[in-house]
Amino acid sequence: TNLQQRRREGPAAALLWQKPRSAAQQRHSVTAILSKMAGADGDDSLYPIAVLIDELRNEDVQLRLNSIKKLSTIALALGVERTRTELLPFLTDTIYDEDEVLLALAEQLGNFTMLVGGPEYVHCLLPPLESLATVEETVVRDKAVESLRKISQEHSPVDLEVHFEPLVKRLASGDWFTSRTSACGLFSVCYPRVSSTVKAEIRQHFRTLCSDDTPMVRRAAASKLGEFAKVLELDYVKSDIISLFTALASDEQDSVRLLAVEACVSIATLLPQEDLETLVMPTLRQAAEDKSWRVRYMVADKFSELQKAVGPEITKNDLVPAFQNLLKDCEAEVRAAAANKVKEFCENLPEDSREQIIMTHILPCVKELVSDTNQHVKSALASVIMGLSTILGKDNTIEHLLPLFLAQLKDECPEVRLNIISNLDCVNEVIGIRQLSQSLLPAIVELAEDAKWRVRLAIIEYMPLLAGQLGVEFFDEKLNTLCMAWLIDHVYAIREAATCNLMKLVEKFGAEWAQNTIVPKVLGMANDPNYLHRMTTLFCINALSEACGQDITTKQMLPVVLKMSNDQVANVRFNVAKSLQKIGPVLDSNALQTEVKPVLEKLATDTDMDVKYFAQEAISVLALA
Amino acid sequence: LHPLLHSPVHPLKKVDGFPRRSMRRARQRRSHSSSQFRYQSSQVELTPLPLLKDAPVAELHDLFCKKLQQCCVLFDFLDCVADLKGKEIKRAALNELVESVATSRGVLIEPLYPEAIKMISVNIFRTLPPSENPEFDPEEDEPTLEASWPHLQLVYEFFLRFLESPDFQPSMAKRYVDQKFVLQLLELFDSEDPREREYLKTILHRVYGKLLGLRAYIRKQINNIFLRFIYETEHFNGVAELLEILGSIINGFALPLKAEHKQFLVRVLIPLHTAKSLSIFHAQLAYCVVQFMEKDATVTEYIIRGLLKYWPKTCTQKEVMFLGEIEEILDVIEPSQFIRVQEPLFKQIAACISSPHFQVAERALYFWNNEYILSLIEENCQVILPLVFATLYRVSKEHWNQTIVSLIYNVLKTFMEMNSKLFDDLTASYKVEKQKEKQKTRHVLDDICSIIRHIIFHIVNMYRLGHLLNGSHHDSTHSLPCFKLKIVDTIGEETLKE
Repeated sequence: TNLQQRRREGPAAALLWQKPRSAAQQRHSVTAILSKMAGADGDDSLYPIAVLIDELRNEDVQLRLNSIKKLSTIALALGVERTRTELLPFLTDTIYDEDEVLLALAEQLGNFTMLVGGPEYVHCLLPPLESLATVEETVVRDKAVESLRKISQEHSPVDLEVHFEPLVKRLASGDWFTSRTSACGLFSVCYPRVSSTVKAEIRQHFRTLCSDDTPMVRRAAASKLGEFAKVLELDYVKSDIISLFTALASDEQDSVRLLAVEACVSIATLLPQEDLETLVMPTLRQAAEDKSWRVRYMVADKFSELQKAVGPEITKNDLVPAFQNLLKDCEAEVRAAAANKVKEFCENLPEDSREQIIMTHILPCVKELVSDTNQHVKSALASVIMGLSTILGKDNTIEHLLPLFLAQLKDECPEVRLNIISNLDCVNEVIGIRQLSQSLLPAIVELAEDAKWRVRLAIIEYMPLLAGQLGVEFFDEKLNTLCMAWLIDHVYAIREAATCNLMKLVEKFGAEWAQNTIVPKVLGMANDPNYLHRMTTLFCINALSEACGQDITTKQMLPVVLKMSNDQVANVRFNVAKSLQKIGPVLDSNALQTEVKPVLEKLATDTDMDVKYFAQEAISVLALA
Repeated sequence: LHPLLHSPVHPLKKVDGFPRRSMRRARQRRSHSSSQFRYQSSQVELTPLPLLKDAPVAELHDLFCKKLQQCCVLFDFLDCVADLKGKEIKRAALNELVESVATSRGVLIEPLYPEAIKMISVNIFRTLPPSENPEFDPEEDEPTLEASWPHLQLVYEFFLRFLESPDFQPSMAKRYVDQKFVLQLLELFDSEDPREREYLKTILHRVYGKLLGLRAYIRKQINNIFLRFIYETEHFNGVAELLEILGSIINGFALPLKAEHKQFLVRVLIPLHTAKSLSIFHAQLAYCVVQFMEKDATVTEYIIRGLLKYWPKTCTQKEVMFLGEIEEILDVIEPSQFIRVQEPLFKQIAACISSPHFQVAERALYFWNNEYILSLIEENCQVILPLVFATLYRVSKEHWNQTIVSLIYNVLKTFMEMNSKLFDDLTASYKVEKQKEKQKTRHVLDDICSIIRHIIFHIVNMYRLGHLLNGSHHDSTHSLPCFKLKIVDTIGEETLKE
């Protein structure tokens, strides 16, 4: 009765009403349980378990937590019967603890079916989970609901009606909002497997919660509406769900209305095409024009799903104008969400009228967005706009999209330019990149010199791709200098990426190209007064030697590396050792023995311990000892 | 929702990709307009009406009504040059309305109520725009200000004067100021503009005071806002303002406290302490909590146990706030209630005293400077001193901060004067306890030493053996026992030292 009373009041209240247990009392209760569990015959094998159980009561949260996490061990040791008769009541009784412990407990109980004796006894787990499902803390409650959903599948249909469904009902009519919120997530798991009378009750409970007094519960119900609709018979979807959907979609709180938009997708998928117009569309139209931007944002965000759910006809008649409005919305958030969907929306338009719809309805809006005042809108658009070229084909792309790409390539915001450049491959397939090259170059140059190193880094990563598409001549003429300039960037990450970039370029354009264009410049840096630049030479050699092959490595790179072994900066010297180790395998054995070995041996006697170390390492790896 | 990052500062000012707070703040103050303008189909051209003060008495109400209707037209304030003439006409009209409601009697007649409330609703009720800065930190960042404030302020001023007018009749107003109206009013408390929240606070307070039928509803909706704030969004700009209103509401609760009010305390006010942004509204929250205690001392235990349950584990700033609140509570606590919570409370206080963060320790030790708390401690010295003694003694020897050490000495001195017998007993038993512990470590140490001796013995033997095998006659054992002693001595010294 004490427990029932506590359950009624909820755990938080129980905690506060509860008298603190004195240490002696606590010890007493634990030993009582221990002696009970360990048995009067002094069963020593249970001692470790007794310790774990003792720790369930420890003052230190961490110890309690550890013990809870080993709950399955305890249960396994006790056996199914004692787990049912002793451990579970004990847990149910000590449930008023730190949220962290409760979370662990809620999770554990979801995997407890076998430990209480299999599906036949799974209902024993319901009382503690029921209490956990009423806790104030959201994560605990959610975890308890998750576990309840899991074990509901392990109930037999009879047990589901005898044990599980009454629990759902109790939660659904709880005093405090937490239990009603939890109930919302449980209807759909038991509905398909109960008798029709119980089904009717469940529907009734769900209806009640959809018009609950507190917005928290209505939100929970709205977020489960789609899921619940899926398990209902079609007739009830039409008679029950639609009215609930309509009501929630016109709730006084926008936080409820926006969740109804999510449900709209599932509901529309369930209904036959001919019912959509009357049952769903009025609500959807209203949501797309809601006075709260949050709701409109949600519509924009779910637009592709909605489009698929309502089918081509309604898309043509309703969604196209709605999408146009969202693209022109007064809030940047909404416009950005809609801009993100432009490509997907166009792709999914019915083929017979796709081009016409895009050209007459969507493209004008897109044109406006290109010069939007908000950079996030432009950036969202830039990340998808290139995809339109494959849909519209070569001529339309050149005539209509190209000017937009060019405009975005000149945008003041680097993210916009970057998004365009990173999607160049889509355009390349349709019209070839050369159409863009005139504007591409200034954009790339500007990004290459952007003040933000992350922007520079991003553009470097697209270099190999661009090089491949633009061809070697264009590259040499326009981009080569950039690639070399990055090697002396003041940010290490850029220099590193630039080195890696060179390697990829050489892989693309071949060793001969490298020998003529890159290698001389890289080697030239070996005489730079800045030791960081001298080290970059070494890093480049590390990266390039393999791609350039033995000839270039031995004849051009090796002498430079060897010369640098006399550098006055120790960092350069030990990097010489590392480089020699790296390029060693590319060299022939003659060069190794006559040129590399003496230098490494000299470095191995260096005054600096790091130089010594790396020289010795190189000697042993190259087997020169 | 969609986390739009704020726009970057000028590229030249930035060296890397990390946004800097200082730069963000240096940004020009932005202002917001709300999503309402697109719903106005066509802009109406305003024409100035005659002044209210020049109107003949017979036409006064009619003119007042026309002005109210004129003020229902909304203007785009983001475009600061748009329709300047219209804006000025509306501003002048609003000013006149404010003045008229504030000064002249007999203006507010029944037919004007729906018109006035309509004008107010049209102007103030709007969906608040998305926050310009999604990581808006009310303590650090400048708030985004409402662009239409030049008009909005006058509308709020009018509303306030309307509610405060001696002619105001709640029985007439309640038909228009209904639940739906109040709900929308409460949503506005999320406004980022502090000027707007200030007006809303005063207005809601007046509404609560004058429209009795709405009181329960207002309390319930505030509850919902708080619960959403605590358990769902963790974001609501007007928590401090709502708590301030609640402070005065709690003050007026009848005794004995209804279950609803107690539930509000235990399930809403106490959990509010868990919020990340507690510092913004802590003063108001603590005030509410203390108000509850002053109303009904029996809630003390729930409050203290609640605070102890939610005691911050890692955030020291919050811990200092909690300690401050505890002191406020102890300032007004009934001695009989104090006895019920002293044990867990002083365990927590002892934990705070031993915090390595000196502000936390200092804040806890300040309790002993409070006359009333000191008297409570003195009365219950037998219980409290044993709870804190070991901590005080230990921290007085270990704390890195001199201020804390000297504060602790004062506290120890106070206890000594309070009950020297108990103090001596505790000191003695503490020392015995320490001695036992020391002995325990001593035993452990002895064990370790003997193990080390064994190991060294073996090493020495192997060493000798090696030399013998190598044919060396050099006896190096004399240097090894020194080495052995050195190890043993070092360990002994470090741990045996008091």
